[in-house]
Amino acid sequence: MSSGYDFAFAIGGAAGQGIATPGNILARILVRRGLNLYAYNAYQSIIRGGHIFLTVRVKDEPVHSHGDKLDLILALNQDTMDRHARHVVPGGVVIYNSDDIKPAEVQDGVQLCGMPIKELTEDNRNKLVQNTVALGVMLNLLGVEFKVLEDALALQFGRKGDDVVADNVNVAMAGFDHAKMNFKPFASALPERDKPLAVWTGNDAFGMGGAAAGVKFYVAYPMSPATGVLHWMAKNARECGIMVRQIEDEIGVANVALGAAQTGARTMCATAGGGFALMTEAVGAAGMMEIPVVFINVQRAGPSTGVPTKTEQGDLWQALGASQGDFERIIVAPKDALDAFNTIAEVFNLVDHYQCPAIVLSDLLISEGTFSVDPDAVNMQPTIDRGEMITEAGSSDGGYQRYKITESGISPRAIPGVAGHAYVAPTDEHDEDGVLISDEYTNPHKRRDMVEKRARKMSTFHDKVAAPELEGPADAEVTLIGFGSTDGVIRDARVLLEAQGVKANQLAVKWIQPFHADAVTKVIEAAKKVLIVENNYSGQFHRFLRSETGCRVDGHIRKYDGEPFQPHHIVNGVVDHLGDKKDVAKDVYVPFQEILV
Amino acid sequence: MATTTLPELKAKDFKGKVDPDWCPGCGDFGLLNSVQKSLAELGKQPHEVVCISGIGCSSNFPGYLSTYGMHTLHGRALAVATGVKFANPELTVIVTGGDGDGYGIGGNHFTHTARRNVDMTYLVMNNQIYGLTTGQVSPASPVGMKTKSTPFGNLERPYNAVTSSIMNGATFVARAFSGHGKQLVSIIQQAIEHKGFSIVDCFSPCVTFNKDNTYDFFRERIKKLEEEDHDTSDWKSACEKALHWDDKIYTGVYYKDESVPALNDQEPVLEAGPVATAVPALSKEQGDRILKRMM
Repeated sequence: MSSGYDFAFAIGGAAGQGIATPGNILARILVRRGLNLYAYNAYQSIIRGGHIFLTVRVKDEPVHSHGDKLDLILALNQDTMDRHARHVVPGGVVIYNSDDIKPAEVQDGVQLCGMPIKELTEDNRNKLVQNTVALGVMLNLLGVEFKVLEDALALQFGRKGDDVVADNVNVAMAGFDHAKMNFKPFASALPERDKPLAVWTGNDAFGMGGAAAGVKFYVAYPMSPATGVLHWMAKNARECGIMVRQIEDEIGVANVALGAAQTGARTMCATAGGGFALMTEAVGAAGMMEIPVVFINVQRAGPSTGVPTKTEQGDLWQALGASQGDFERIIVAPKDALDAFNTIAEVFNLVDHYQCPAIVLSDLLISEGTFSVDPDAVNMQPTIDRGEMITEAGSSDGGYQRYKITESGISPRAIPGVAGHAYVAPTDEHDEDGVLISDEYTNPHKRRDMVEKRARKMSTFHDKVAAPELEGPADAEVTLIGFGSTDGVIRDARVLLEAQGVKANQLAVKWIQPFHADAVTKVIEAAKKVLIVENNYSGQFHRFLRSETGCRVDGHIRKYDGEPFQPHHIVNGVVDHLGDKKDVAKDVYVPFQEILV
Repeated sequence: MATTTLPELKAKDFKGKVDPDWCPGCGDFGLLNSVQKSLAELGKQPHEVVCISGIGCSSNFPGYLSTYGMHTLHGRALAVATGVKFANPELTVIVTGGDGDGYGIGGNHFTHTARRNVDMTYLVMNNQIYGLTTGQVSPASPVGMKTKSTPFGNLERPYNAVTSSIMNGATFVARAFSGHGKQLVSIIQQAIEHKGFSIVDCFSPCVTFNKDNTYDFFRERIKKLEEEDHDTSDWKSACEKALHWDDKIYTGVYYKDESVPALNDQEPVLEAGPVATAVPALSKEQGDRILKRMM
């Protein structure tokens, strides 16, 4: 059961100062103790320099967002100290190298923990040594025995040899002892639970989800923040029997995907909005040729090159409008890493059944966020349903029609190589045989039949995919509606609102196309006050909801500065909308981003 | 795939569901006949072959064959074909298209598919014009050519498919003329049998929109490499010969390198068979191992 433990620490410095290593070591220690975490890393598009700020929130129950408070900061440079020390809450600590960094002003009750690095490490000239010393300090303050850190260091540095492990253990011990003698530990020690958890990024989850769902072909071009999927796939492909290819550009990627999927392999590709823009003509081709294929678009702040390392939900209309023409597609926006994992298996069964393309809308927040996951909730062998597929040679009487007009609209799909079923899959409109109708006499009736056949396929979609359900008290004063990655932060905001006496419920939308318009309309019509929460300026999700439901809503909470919502941003927005609306302009509340990263 | 129990087929067995809609006299007919004849003579069965095209007059090609096919987007045939071949290397992959489709809008894929040496055969029906859009300049149009988009004459130098292919890393490079069917069939058969990326840049006159590069134009100039004692392993000599245009134009196999293995033959994942027909799931053991790694 939860003890209410809720602790957040941050590590800040410049790119190249080795923030990832202590971050990974700590994350591993935490999940091995069975603690839940969510980590958000704010960074820029450079390899050296800039400002990186990794926030890790730890609880002994599921963590939905990186939260509102900071209990501990490890400042690896003066910049971090100057920017962030004041954000540490009373009772918290700031750890820093006192040889190089001057302490900044902090709130009352914040402990400044300077580490005399030269003295503690006998003048070790390795610049990264301060990170290991700091780990010793941190774990001491968190009330964790040194052995735990020693084991974690052995695991982290084992490949580099025993000397490196010993050096790290020694300096970590120096930090641990220095803290024991000089600093006051936190009032509550880091809890420990019996079952270790897994730790994934959202991109890991997409890769793993693909592997579990039977993806046999993954193709990509590197683009932040989607590259993690490629890395996962490249690393694990051989073991899982997955063909992984990096192609010359995203146009090529999407078209390689069409070829592989048409040939029978479950095929996936991931990119960011810019790459997806290049892929879009192929999305329509998949619609016309009726090829099941999954495109993941990890949204980052756009348009154009935009802010490559920042998050946004700005590609919704890009997904809705991807490719010219009028055709059927599935769009789904997962909510977190575990949901991302599960979504891949779900969506592959759907695209195989409906023989159409699907777009998975992720964003930087999910894809590059690090989540703890309960391994018991992970099914590596999900149900796999490939739909009406012909993989064995049958009749050779020449009667096979790939695009046969059926009552369901679904035509059994033969894959190349199967004798007696050869046909051409065309990007041109075609008849039941796959013969082009766009040349010579077009035949408007055939065109109408084929358009209707493809559209008819989706009529059973809502039997297979459940509508979103309202969560929270039915008599809530306010209903918060969001899609995809805002699910968690809205969840946290509702708890805070309740503590302030404001009852809120939420509708977290995941399946966007085909949309559950009737169910969502009912929720909006029954709600006392509806606010829409989304990570973009123009209210893309609101405009979509309006077009699908015809409903008006009462207000909006939007953020488009590149940084994700924190729970208090939404709380403040709700309070303002319910009260004097001092910060609401034209029904839109835009929170102020306090942490500058 | 075993073909021993399957019937021996004739060229006519490779005819598609519909007849070509090309203009009478179009060079593409020569290619189509040669491909049908080649497939029959190589003992292929329609289901073992996938013909993939982009967009353009010549890209209607797959519809005129009885094999599997994909009539894809403009310029994207080689990318789609790469997906097909890596998903199922047991399939014979033939890509057809025009000079605009392959050297213009599809140029990036052309460069990299050749470099990768993926085992497929690329037949380019090079008519040096955009025909389906009613006659605009193409990347292969000669300097000075008057078209609807260059009414005062083309200022750009033409793309040389032979030298580019060799430089890009293609391991089988040939040039042909659709009016010389016998040589064309021989080249196509060699190209299909070649293990790696093979390209046949085939002059295929557009009788409607290109009044410069006609059948007669080519007949007057063509010299066959096989009659010139050409060494197909000598890429420098191949490039020099490929630069001839006004005086003489060489057709035949320019360059061949059998020492480079096809990329799909080097891919360890394919050792277990095509991924296209593999069971789409992880075994319990694989799943457990992956999950443990992610702890």
